[in-house]
Amino acid sequence: MTITRAVEPWTLEPLKRFVAESAARLALLTTNSGQVIAQHGFTRAVDVMSAAALGAAIAASTAEIIRMLDEPEFRMLAHQGQQHGIFLAHFGTPRGPMLALVVYGADSSIGLVQLFFEEFARELVLACPTPTPAKPVLAADFERDLNQSLATLFGR
Amino acid sequence: MSDKLRSALDAMTRVRGVRGAMVVAREDGLVVAESLMEGIRGNAVAALAANLAQRFRRASETAACGLPQFIHLQASEGSLLAAPAPSGMLLVIVADADINVGLARLEMLKAAEVLA
Repeated sequence: MTITRAVEPWTLEPLKRFVAESAARLALLTTNSGQVIAQHGFTRAVDVMSAAALGAAIAASTAEIIRMLDEPEFRMLAHQGQQHGIFLAHFGTPRGPMLALVVYGADSSIGLVQLFFEEFARELVLACPTPTPAKPVLAADFERDLNQSLATLFGR
Repeated sequence: MSDKLRSALDAMTRVRGVRGAMVVAREDGLVVAESLMEGIRGNAVAALAANLAQRFRRASETAACGLPQFIHLQASEGSLLAAPAPSGMLLVIVADADINVGLARLEMLKAAEVLA
């Protein structure tokens, strides 16, 4: 059974709906820096961490190219492979900018993923609780938070 | 928009009762060209119609009926028509419930020839 889990509980229901409607195989919701907020379909922590880091890196490098071209901010990228497609999108929430990395198969399409992603982003904005003032990031807290997030995402 | 796409859309929208016509990338579900009345969400119809066509295709192949030539979805307040076209395209019409489906089908097949 494919499991959907979220570190931020308010993202769980919108993510479940998005995955069900778009027929996405894998979905990963992260911050701009690659911190995982929710995931669907991943079975290994190492895969989630790799995908989050790669997604954030692709978004950052694309955003930089876009900046060089004097274009408005990075919104989405799509890659169509032979068996899988990849969709990477950037969107804003009251909690700050987020990235969504979606992998879909032959039973879906980029049009379908894009369509339901728009709804997903709107639902997240509505579901997002009021932001609290950010605490300073300490090295000691970072590893603890990371381990807590991974435990939540994989039910360990 | 190219002349071919324009004339394909014109042929389909000329039929009485057509609210909108689209040329959609069959595999991607993205709009290639459209001529729609206001209020029709082209990108949503394109994505869902392409997905529907893909599922019908699987069902048809599984049932050993070959590839679907024409899809007619009759709903309570309108109809959705779809026909595959060459080069991986799908022709889609959104129409009133009482549209002359035979005429619309004929125009879609002609439009598919234009795109060939």
